Amino acid sequence: MNSEFITTLLITFKLAVITTAVLFVVGIPIAAYLAFSKNKFKVVAEALITMPMVLPPSVLGYYLLVAYSPDFFIGSFLESAFNIRLAFSFSGLVVGSVLFSLPFMISPIQSGLQNLPSSLSEASSTLGKTKLQTLHRVLLPNIKPSIITAIVLTFAHTIGEFGVVLMIGGNIPGETRVASIAIYDEVQALNFDTANKYAFILFAITFILLLLIYTFNRKNSSSWKPF
Amino acid sequence: METLLIEANFRKKLFTTQGEMILDVQFSIKKGELVSIYGPSGVGKTTILRILAGLTDADEGEVIVDGETWFNSLKKINLQARKRPVGYMFQDYALFPNMSIKENLKFAQTEQDPKHIDELLTLFDLKELQNRKPTMLSGGQQQRVALARALARKPKLLLLDEPLSAIDPAFRTKLQNEILEIQRQYGITTLLVSHDLPEVFKLSKRVIMLEAGKIVKQGDPFEVLGSKRTSGKVQFMAEVLKVESEDILKVLTLLSGNSLVKVAVRDDDEQQYQPGDKVVIITKAFNPVIQKI
Repeated sequence: MNSEFITTLLITFKLAVITTAVLFVVGIPIAAYLAFSKNKFKVVAEALITMPMVLPPSVLGYYLLVAYSPDFFIGSFLESAFNIRLAFSFSGLVVGSVLFSLPFMISPIQSGLQNLPSSLSEASSTLGKTKLQTLHRVLLPNIKPSIITAIVLTFAHTIGEFGVVLMIGGNIPGETRVASIAIYDEVQALNFDTANKYAFILFAITFILLLLIYTFNRKNSSSWKPF
Repeated sequence: METLLIEANFRKKLFTTQGEMILDVQFSIKKGELVSIYGPSGVGKTTILRILAGLTDADEGEVIVDGETWFNSLKKINLQARKRPVGYMFQDYALFPNMSIKENLKFAQTEQDPKHIDELLTLFDLKELQNRKPTMLSGGQQQRVALARALARKPKLLLLDEPLSAIDPAFRTKLQNEILEIQRQYGITTLLVSHDLPEVFKLSKRVIMLEAGKIVKQGDPFEVLGSKRTSGKVQFMAEVLKVESEDILKVLTLLSGNSLVKVAVRDDDEQQYQPGDKVVIITKAFNPVIQKI
């Protein structure tokens, strides 16, 4: 029981760390594209990325489950080519969480980039720098508060995820069972004591994380001033 | 014959607060020349600089710099901004807040040349500030950094957008002298946007006067801007600060430039002065006292 409690928490954090890391790598290029592209179809991408914020998690979970199924081309391709089965597995959970937390990583970074004066990137290009050099050396270092907000929100949101994980993970102890689902499970089994422990830990961690962002961003709000 | 550095001829539709306007200009600039673009705000001065730097695309036309085509709408040539060897000084300076002054200058160099950076830091009196971040600097100091950074990559063409607008008058003169000195030392062809007349007179031998997107006149600043103004009278623009009545006279306290002047006027019902009124002080110029400062 005790070791199961710890395993569940470890899986919860492993999922959050991997999801955040993947989203950080994937999210920055997407955010930069959305911030600077003048393509008129960009709104479609923006709408799709923001959808997980308003869509019931079970809807996303349902579609993912269908996509993961060996009867569907994505699922069957992954299974035949790489022998990966995403449904009811930890990797499937990571894919689901990445999609579900996409807006939490992208929106803060995108708006951070859009709020920088355009003369910064223009100056960098008149100084002979490529777009990538500009992003890496000028733009990203000047939106640190947005980046930290994005990372912490993604992390906290993945920890707090319930619906998608339940649909595609299936609550397998030691594999796909995360804390938020464990609480629900324990309550149903009338183990209020264990549920209480899980709940308190999630509550405390989420509170501390958000407290940290607000403290950091308050200190740093003065670091960037338009001249 | 002196060689031409820039041959420009382009058109662009602009959307301004007054509505649509067609920027339609044709000009050439000789190697090593310092030319001002003068005109009221919103006539397309900055857009000309941006088109030369490749930050804005012209709708049609051609820009040739040093024999190389940077832009040609017919041949669909448009050299990327980062490949154009220009030094651009932005109106908001666009210094990178995450880098120190020295790092800002170093970032500007494709090939590192610490000696040149050192020279610039000394020239612009930035030695002691070199490790500070731009946000710790005053407006005038930031402007100097922006100018130094534009020069750090040894550009063929220097484009300055209102370079000295935020600097107080005393320091402005010093910086104007520095710009002239750099111009003399490095011989960099410079195009400067300004709406400040004294600056145009002081810095440039040639001015391009822009009105509503068209070049209305160009040439020697004294001929272009002076002809109408040269007269037997001295004129000052001033603002009325205070009106006091004394018997049959009224005493106006006026602010002209940075100096306060008291002028007595007839207490005339037709001419009512109120604080805030803009006035012009005119005096005959045959006998003014002129002193060197």
